[in-house]
Amino acid sequence: MGAIKKIQYNCRHATYLIEKRQHTSLTLKERVQLAIHLSGCSVCRLFQRQSRMINRMVRKLFQTSDQQERRLDEGFKREMQEKINERLTR
Amino acid sequence: MQAAVLNPHQWVALYADYLYNYAFTRLGNEEQARDLVQETFLAALERTEQFKGNSSERTWLTAILKYKIIDVYRKRNSGLHTERIEGEPEREFFETDSGHWKAEYAPRAFGGGAPDTFGVEDPDLLTNKELRSVLQNCLQKLPALWLSVFTMKHIDEEATAVICEALKVTPSNFWVIIHRAKINLRACIQKAWA
Repeated sequence: MGAIKKIQYNCRHATYLIEKRQHTSLTLKERVQLAIHLSGCSVCRLFQRQSRMINRMVRKLFQTSDQQERRLDEGFKREMQEKINERLTR
Repeated sequence: MQAAVLNPHQWVALYADYLYNYAFTRLGNEEQARDLVQETFLAALERTEQFKGNSSERTWLTAILKYKIIDVYRKRNSGLHTERIEGEPEREFFETDSGHWKAEYAPRAFGGGAPDTFGVEDPDLLTNKELRSVLQNCLQKLPALWLSVFTMKHIDEEATAVICEALKVTPSNFWVIIHRAKINLRACIQKAWA
């Protein structure tokens, strides 16, 4: 298989580059490889859109869970504050 | 501007629930999250002189908690590395010789909707409770190391070098893990939300 053919078919490598690109810049070679692949592969183009959407959703999920869904047991809190107070008076 | 001051007498009332949720989201374990909140307060008391007042009390406490969470990640991951990385879970998803998607795993539109929606009308997808729990379950199915790499990178936006150092992962393995985590997460969502 020629070099171009190889990259055209290699979705494993293309999805690797898609993920890497979301966090860092690719080398020139990698950018060319990915562009060639994506121009001919609608499945990986869909993967890329879904991947970005998943990133947004996961980020949102974490942000909203950080905001007070669960509450610590009141007894545990009292004990914890007592431990803090105790150390403050030492 | 007046510098922020520390008021440990108010810590539990003001920040305990916030820190607890922060830890729980990243660890998925109530007991561990609770213990880390306590450890965070006690550790903070030991180093009040390091508080410079240029961040808020909450930000400062969260930073301490973050280190404790990374410690837990590190403990969870110790010993797991090599076997996880040397295996080739991509074989499941891609043809070995060509690297082409295997037909049964090729991405399809989620929930039969437009390609990049989940077939859910609401633009804020997470108000859909079912979808939210699918996402949570799929995240929890990831191996501990992948989830910690994924979380540190995507949520806490740590530098790659910091993550590699903290979790003892080589830079090339780092990208392999980022890739595998997403491939698996996406496939899990597709299966649950078909």
